[in-house]
Amino acid sequence: MTHYLEFEKSLAEIEGKAEELRAMARDNSEMDVEKEASALDKKAADLLNSLYSGLSAWRKCQVARHPDRPHCKDYIDALFTDYTPLAGDRNFADDHAVMGGLARFKGRAVVVIGQEKGSDTKTRIERNFGMARPEGYRKAIRLMALADRFGLPVVTLVDTPGAYPGKGAEERGQSEAIARSTEKCLQLRVPVVSVIIGEGGSGGAVAFATANQVAMLEHSIYSVITPEGCASILWKDANRMVEAAEALRLTAQHLKELGVCDRIIPEPLGGAHRDPQATLRAVGKAIEEMLADHDGKSGDTIRAERRRKYLNIGSQGLAA
Amino acid sequence: MNWITNYVRPTINSIFSRREVPENLWTKCSECGTMLFHRELAEALNVCSNCNHHMPITPRARFDALFDGGVFTEVKVAEPIADPLHFRDSKKYTDRLRDARKQTGEKEAMLVAEGSLGGTPIVAAAQDFSFMAGSMGMYVGNAIIAAAERAVKLKRPLILFSAAGGARMQEGILSLMQMPRTTVAVEMVKEAGLPYLVILTHPTTGGVTASYAMLGDVHLAEPNALICFAGPRVIEQTIREKLPEGFQRAEYLLDHGMLDRVTPRGQMRAELISITRLLLNLPPETPALPGPETAEPEAPAKEAQKN
Ligand SMILES: [Zn+2]
Repeated sequence: MTHYLEFEKSLAEIEGKAEELRAMARDNSEMDVEKEASALDKKAADLLNSLYSGLSAWRKCQVARHPDRPHCKDYIDALFTDYTPLAGDRNFADDHAVMGGLARFKGRAVVVIGQEKGSDTKTRIERNFGMARPEGYRKAIRLMALADRFGLPVVTLVDTPGAYPGKGAEERGQSEAIARSTEKCLQLRVPVVSVIIGEGGSGGAVAFATANQVAMLEHSIYSVITPEGCASILWKDANRMVEAAEALRLTAQHLKELGVCDRIIPEPLGGAHRDPQATLRAVGKAIEEMLADHDGKSGDTIRAERRRKYLNIGSQGLAA
Repeated sequence: MNWITNYVRPTINSIFSRREVPENLWTKCSECGTMLFHRELAEALNVCSNCNHHMPITPRARFDALFDGGVFTEVKVAEPIADPLHFRDSKKYTDRLRDARKQTGEKEAMLVAEGSLGGTPIVAAAQDFSFMAGSMGMYVGNAIIAAAERAVKLKRPLILFSAAGGARMQEGILSLMQMPRTTVAVEMVKEAGLPYLVILTHPTTGGVTASYAMLGDVHLAEPNALICFAGPRVIEQTIREKLPEGFQRAEYLLDHGMLDRVTPRGQMRAELISITRLLLNLPPETPALPGPETAEPEAPAKEAQKN
């Protein structure tokens, strides 16, 4: 069953009606509904087109958080072979919010790391809704060090509401874990390419997305704070998230203009979840191209370029 | 071209330019309520003589007490783009900035200076909580990069005092990007083989804690400073229980292995002198060197006049 977002209500009605008609026709072979159903299809397609042609920032947040959106695990399953998960931070635990290990990408050995949100109640709880604890960052640090040691490129898939605001996470030093993970990203002499596939939530995202190249899916977001959090602090009202989302300029399109995002990967009409296969292919193609950009470069060059990129961020603002 | 390296000659911060403290005023300790005489409070570096509460202190007052003879030279920081997102909530960001400048008399939330500490030439940076809660935006990032570049150029240790409510939301993603940017700065200092010391002061939270404030060679903190990524209120809302007394305070972090030492403000200078000299393998400070009380204003160190 399709999960509709709040702003897709009228679309749900039209698509539901078409579906209903076809279901009736299946039960009763005398009925000819195709003409009427196709008209509804056409209406739905037009509506979808108009809804998605100018999504507001807040609507993009909703699409980025869509429960049926392909998640990290879907990308790993579809785009990588020989995926060999490696577990644990060698210190305290294995964090299930963070997937990672050795794999092949188009035949080439790589290390892949990402946050996984889970796809149903059970897995969402297991994955802590994609919110890493310190162990998750420390596992990532370990895997990045492994990649560096054996000259394997690192691919990260970012999809997290942010770091986990829990007691244990603070007790075990999540600040330090995030800082060290960002530091590790910056130290590597192998290419790091990152795709923000859904939500890039503050420090939890930076710890994975400090990369030579950062791609974002068309309706993904990357922000210093959630619109809800920002609204409750600056507007003193969490319900002002629509305005906060707008003000934060957290869309892929704004971030490209600001030089934070290097490329935007187009999504199927209606969002990644409407055609997961096409989305997976598009992301695969982007990863391939981003990795190829670093072929033949020395480790020192790769590292120096990454650093320079970050030092230069902020040299351009948004057009007035 | 790197726009950061647009280095401008440092201006001399004259000892005479320090703001005069009005002598006829009293301050109430926010912790125990004791009325404290301004001049005495300033002499005690804003620490309550009754309950030892460490009140906020401006970067300038801190540097006056830190550097030998209170003499330091400001390091120029590259000016970032103003209001890159054209941000406004109930108020325009540009208006908030203007108000903060008026209130504090400072340009932004971080001050960078060079001078000598117990005879050891250093570069220091201090974050100003009174300026928009010390929040980390592009200027703060540029300040840390300027401090690191200056430290590397002069081959000096970098000493950084952190104090911030977190990232500056009004600069959106560009404030978040100061996490990797300042981490690059820290890496430059470390790769040059120079000490990077962090003193975490009340409060140091959010993206600041999760970047340059937690990457020091040595982490010192002032007593009872709140140091965290997620603030206590957010955690209480998430886990729906009351947090124990002292949670996320400096002493708690010391117990949990995140800090090297918790040091009262009055002893900080002596401790920093000792640690920098140990790390640089220099002999102990010679007692003849002037301290802040006895010193005459002196010319800045030779290196500072180059360039
Ligand atoms: Zn007191």
